[in-house]
Amino acid sequence: MDRLDELEAQSVFILREAFARLRHVAMLWSLGKDYNVMIRLARKAFFGRLPFPVLHIDTGKKFPEMYAFRDRYRTEWQLDLIVEPCPPIEAMDPTLPPAARSAARKTEGLKLALDRHGFDGLIAGIRRDEEPTRAKERVFSPRGLEGSWDVREQPPEFWDHFNAAPPPGAHMRVHPILHWTESDVWAYTRRENIPVIGLYLARDGRRYRSLGDSDITFPIASQATTIDDILVELDATTVPERSGRAMDHESEDAFERLRASGYL
Amino acid sequence: MNMLIADPLAETQAGKARALMRIVIVGHVDHGKSTLIGRLLHETGSLPDGKLEALRSSSARRGMPFEWSFLLDALQTERDHGITIDTSQIRFRTMARDVVLIDAPGHTEFLRNMITGAAQADAALLIIDAVEGVRDQTRRHGYLLHLLGVRQIAVVINKMDRVGYDKARFRSVEADISTELSNLGLTAQAVIPISAREGDGVARRSSRTAWHHGPTVLEALDSFTPAQPMRELSLRMPVQAVYKFDDRRIIAGRIETGRIAVGDAIVVMPSGTTTRVRSIETWPAPIDAAGPQTASAGHSVGITLDDEIFVDRGDIVATAAMRPKAVRRLRARVFWLGETPLSVGASLDVRIGTAGVRAILVRIEHAIDPGRLSPVGAAEIARNHVGEIELALTRPVAADPHSVNPRTGRIVLEADGRIAGGGLVLSVDVAEEAAPRRSIVPVKSAVPAAERTRRFGHHGAVVWLTGLPGSGKSTLGRALEERLFSRGGMPMLLDGDTLRGGLNADLGFSAADRAENIRRIAEVAAHLARNGVIAIVAAVSPSACDRAAARAIGGSRFYEVFAAAPPDICEQRDPKGHYRRARSGAMSGFTGVSAPYEAPVAPDLAIATHLLEITAAVDQLERFLEEVEVLAGADQRLSPDVSI
Repeated sequence: MDRLDELEAQSVFILREAFARLRHVAMLWSLGKDYNVMIRLARKAFFGRLPFPVLHIDTGKKFPEMYAFRDRYRTEWQLDLIVEPCPPIEAMDPTLPPAARSAARKTEGLKLALDRHGFDGLIAGIRRDEEPTRAKERVFSPRGLEGSWDVREQPPEFWDHFNAAPPPGAHMRVHPILHWTESDVWAYTRRENIPVIGLYLARDGRRYRSLGDSDITFPIASQATTIDDILVELDATTVPERSGRAMDHESEDAFERLRASGYL
Repeated sequence: MNMLIADPLAETQAGKARALMRIVIVGHVDHGKSTLIGRLLHETGSLPDGKLEALRSSSARRGMPFEWSFLLDALQTERDHGITIDTSQIRFRTMARDVVLIDAPGHTEFLRNMITGAAQADAALLIIDAVEGVRDQTRRHGYLLHLLGVRQIAVVINKMDRVGYDKARFRSVEADISTELSNLGLTAQAVIPISAREGDGVARRSSRTAWHHGPTVLEALDSFTPAQPMRELSLRMPVQAVYKFDDRRIIAGRIETGRIAVGDAIVVMPSGTTTRVRSIETWPAPIDAAGPQTASAGHSVGITLDDEIFVDRGDIVATAAMRPKAVRRLRARVFWLGETPLSVGASLDVRIGTAGVRAILVRIEHAIDPGRLSPVGAAEIARNHVGEIELALTRPVAADPHSVNPRTGRIVLEADGRIAGGGLVLSVDVAEEAAPRRSIVPVKSAVPAAERTRRFGHHGAVVWLTGLPGSGKSTLGRALEERLFSRGGMPMLLDGDTLRGGLNADLGFSAADRAENIRRIAEVAAHLARNGVIAIVAAVSPSACDRAAARAIGGSRFYEVFAAAPPDICEQRDPKGHYRRARSGAMSGFTGVSAPYEAPVAPDLAIATHLLEITAAVDQLERFLEEVEVLAGADQRLSPDVSI
């Protein structure tokens, strides 16, 4: 059993726990690399087809390649896809810095979807190694009524026993690949032949390391034109993965504020 | 100095990634955990470019001297309070392996976070301030490492710069902690003098501690061995779910210990049913049709069995020859994190493997504050204390003593739906009757059944309406109730959904819970029928087996009435919106969509509820009850029953 097998087995276990213990779950699908790995894992966990809907919180500002990817693989992977549009930027907290304010639309779109469908569990593809506040996450992470995350009051979680009873009206976030790294995601993508959006691979010396809205996501300098190249590149880098995501860096606590109010 | 290795890809491509070690850093608050981690990240070249500079300038802006611990204090709230409040995980590499360092908070208030972190670890670094020595949280963390099953420990005695790198001081603290650990059955693999702030003893040897001949911190990290899957123990696979997505019936779960192979004789506990493994299922389907023949500990698998035996979430699939016990009572050594102290009589949810069971705390044998290691009386177990307890479970669950199997021999305690404790199973007793039957003496009603029959104009009976959701059972039941009442009778409607709000509120929709739901309704209905009432049960009751059990309870005047609307019409009606939600995947195990309905083969009466007006349907039921002489027909007197 190698490391990828171990990661896979753990994620499959978590996905099955989420489906068994929560009443009404949905899996988020950002169309990015982590989420495509997660869908692969869920298809393994449930023998081919996801027994719950997949939710794309659509800002309307993703790259055209991402929409093309969505339209192709929703059919190929037999996904029961729900697309939830986000409210306009004017409705967002004006005290947030510009990019964070833009990203906050996704949080609000998420809240709308929760209200509309009454999900008590949302499966999300965040990872501990992405970002310091995500490193503090639980696998089953309870959210407050407004989708808020209280990092100070997290319940204990050990021995793969999860808190699966959200307070009435609230929901759980479930993080099946919390323990994966960026390199793990790429190594698994390669091993499983998971399709990749072309933007992740270098063209003219630039590639996207992380994909978000097209107006607040920036490419990095890179010569990595294959997944193998990416793995070598990641091994040498000391630049954080989300450095191309503008909302993380506008102020010291911008991303933490986003997360506390329900951002992924 | 440890560096990044040159070409990890060569290894990854061969399918052999570098070993991953999870190491937790524990110890009393302010003894230097975060400082040591910051130093380790720096010494191993693991810091992102510019991070150190950014933090130095951020400290300068705040007018504070730079501290290594700032590296970890990524959260605003933490900086404000100056303490680490939650488990954080940081990755770096040594020469030998990838390391995940789990930073556990040292403050008592956040013990739940320390436990969350330490439970994931293969090994622990226990840090002690050379000036302060062993403190209560040092002991508490040591005790919890023991309970959590972390056996590899290295002790780091920090702040040696503050005691002038004094060997005698080091030896004194070393002696204290070694005694404490050996009382818990633990031995430190190394005790290392360091100054995390100055860097002595962390990545390199220091001339200032030249008297120390043991390893540096990095060398100690490299000497730990990663936890291995427990393949050599007997098979234990707690069942997560039974999937029937297609014509296969797949038992899904993770193999916690041992191995499984196609053809193996296995037992499902606690029921004790035995069968053999027919196949190990995978997706995508293997190219050669055979599929995997074996799987071992650590793998999440799906298996099919030779016989269609009853299996449910919470059961354990085990080696037939070395099976876990069906446990109704157990003793455990536990830690308690709940706000309210744990006291005798408390009702808890206990989780063992994938099983969840209600339990009553019947005895507290010891209660200890592990910070002081002194007994605090056995009346209750306070928050952050440990104790030995005895639990009575409300139904039998498969479990092992911890000494037999570390995975199926540990429990998690939940209070109010939240994890609030956990521990090791010390011993188990086999299942026994909750209350010995011989002590029960039933009391008979004072009113003879014949008297009731005379008054109500009918015999007591159970009319059991079964059918798919949306087939019209409740509507029919209500109309029948009205009809019988208006002719002077004593009907009573027992609606399955209504009873789930109270009598059966503790039950879910697993097969076992569904069976128990039906059993309870049948008991109530039978009691009413014995006392002259016509009990009208409206319940989906999808399992033919459960309905047969209900008939056995219900007595001689039990009538199974099938509300026989076809599935597509029931789904079209969908009065409660359940079908729509089940189709969207929002409701799992919904009868008619994702769970089977076993239609009655020979019901006492079938009513085409989709074709008949409600009045006509009730007419049909009324005529039936006259035919079977529950009701008196026109000009007819009912003869008293001999016995019901």
